[in-house]
Amino acid sequence: MSEPAPAGSDREADRAMHGATHGAPNGVAVETRGLRKEFGALVAVQGLDLTIRRGEVFGMLGPNGSGKTTTIRMLCGLMQPTAGTARVVGHEVTTEAEAIRRKIGYMSQRYGLYDDLTVEENARFYATVYGLHGRERTARLDAHLSELGFDSRRRQIAGTLSGGWKQRLALACATAHRPEMLFLDEPTAGVDPAARRRFWETIYELAGRGTTILVTTHYMDEAERCQRLAFLSRGHLIGIGTPAEITRQFNEPTIEDVFITLQRKDEAPV
Amino acid sequence: MSPWRRLRESRFWPMLWKEFIQMRRDRLTLGMMTVLPAVQLLLFGYAIQTDVRHLPTVVLDESRSVESRRLTQTLENTDVFTVVGEVPTAEALRSAIESGRANAALVIPPDYETRIARGVPARAQLVVDAADPQSSAAALSGAQLAAQARGVEITSERLGGVPIEPPIDLAVRPWYNPAQRSAVFIVPGVIGVLLTITMTLITSTAVVRERERGTLEQLIVTPIDKPSLMLGKLVPFMLVGYVQMAVVMGLGSLIFDIPIVGSLWLLTLLTAAFIFASLGVGLLISTVARTQAQAMQLSFFFMLPNILLSGYIFPRAAMPEPAQWIGLLLPLTFFLRILRGILLKGIGMAHLWQDSLVLVAFAVVLLAISVRRFTKTIE
Repeated sequence: MSEPAPAGSDREADRAMHGATHGAPNGVAVETRGLRKEFGALVAVQGLDLTIRRGEVFGMLGPNGSGKTTTIRMLCGLMQPTAGTARVVGHEVTTEAEAIRRKIGYMSQRYGLYDDLTVEENARFYATVYGLHGRERTARLDAHLSELGFDSRRRQIAGTLSGGWKQRLALACATAHRPEMLFLDEPTAGVDPAARRRFWETIYELAGRGTTILVTTHYMDEAERCQRLAFLSRGHLIGIGTPAEITRQFNEPTIEDVFITLQRKDEAPV
Repeated sequence: MSPWRRLRESRFWPMLWKEFIQMRRDRLTLGMMTVLPAVQLLLFGYAIQTDVRHLPTVVLDESRSVESRRLTQTLENTDVFTVVGEVPTAEALRSAIESGRANAALVIPPDYETRIARGVPARAQLVVDAADPQSSAAALSGAQLAAQARGVEITSERLGGVPIEPPIDLAVRPWYNPAQRSAVFIVPGVIGVLLTITMTLITSTAVVRERERGTLEQLIVTPIDKPSLMLGKLVPFMLVGYVQMAVVMGLGSLIFDIPIVGSLWLLTLLTAAFIFASLGVGLLISTVARTQAQAMQLSFFFMLPNILLSGYIFPRAAMPEPAQWIGLLLPLTFFLRILRGILLKGIGMAHLWQDSLVLVAFAVVLLAISVRRFTKTIE
């Protein structure tokens, strides 16, 4: 499961493969129209139109300050959009944030773990907050933690874990409630290559079970593992498609070349 | 869902559970919870003595007579002065005061005894280092007391040993603190000051820590509701506050023999309002401070007017009006009246309802503002 899904598969096939697994009403996990966010005079996201299909591993690329994190924060209900609409797992972000929160998982580059709690306590805390109780919680956590390889580390204080294990625990905490959609904001920043590979294997397992995944990253090898990619620069979309489509469309040998070219073009003085 | 099940599955419980685990593992908070009350109590209980005693005094006795020695003795009997030596000249007297060897000096002129013998008013002088106004005030009253006492004795001797009754006896009866010990006044205040420190400091740093580490952001994307989040965070601190109060009251009555006259139930109830007000201040600080260090600084900044202007050490009646007005903005000012009223005077709601009402108003307003600001900052 470590290899990315075949690139360039057409949209109908994609939908057939992933869309139906969650019993989605329309096979769309995220749909934004004219999504905009201003911080005073600064426009962080301007008029974003984006559609992410259910079960898709969708990558968002862009330099620092391109609006990736702001977009994710709006989709998770951490921030109110200034204008535009966004539907996430069937609910409007501005009015149904509570419903969205029950159905999604979120993991940021800061992990959001309690360093003074053990592995088990962290997982248990988040599972309970997500509404799991009693025997179901115990059973679910046992299976989940052991699946992620925490069997011998359950009683370890989270603060003493290595970067890779912390990242894994953060993922465990974000997924124990089996979210329909998982938001990953630069989840592999500062983690060694072996841990990154293991992490992506887990991501593909989740996607295989029908979880929609939106991930932002700086690493080009990770970008190529995504089924579809969106390029953001200065708050707007400058390119979208499968990695193969994108390299073909822009006539560049690799995603990285496309990325650099697009960014240079977008930032060039008019 | 049944109300019982709703309560059982409330997201308040995991929050509370998590806070207690964290508190148990946080040595600093635990230390603050138990050691700080004891240290504060001993520090303030012993060190703050507003009654001045045993001022070191030198004597320049130019009379060298029985009468001059008796005056010196009477002065020393007041306990305000302790004679630490004699000085031969006015220059030596000056140097004794300048060097700090003495804070007061008694000057008895050569004709002191002969004037008493002649029946004309005898004059003596008491020089005081009044740089510290509290010492000089004490010296003033001590000197008057001594002169009066010796004066009555002399008059009585002249009349052949008939005891003299003063025509007016204005007796002072110090209620609630008959021995007039500073500790009785200070210790109940320690409870209020301590709660202010810990509630604002623990709350502000704990919330800022969650924001700094990104766990607050993580919590916001979970389905936890705001009341559960806030209550789960604040209720443990409230318990810390009550533990501290119990420690201070226990040690206070054990070591300083502080009377506990009034209703502890009433005090416990009204303390809740004060704790909520202080938690509100802490939460408010957490919405302004970006780092834990800033939160700490702001908390200490808030402490200063509380210690100085609330009436904790210095009586508010003695303050200039603007200082009194500022004092009215501090919840502690009202809580101190409640603390002293209940603990020392044993009074109840009949006399405390106004202060209680103000305190409740503080709690409601501060919590409302801070919760609103808190909700805004996490968006």
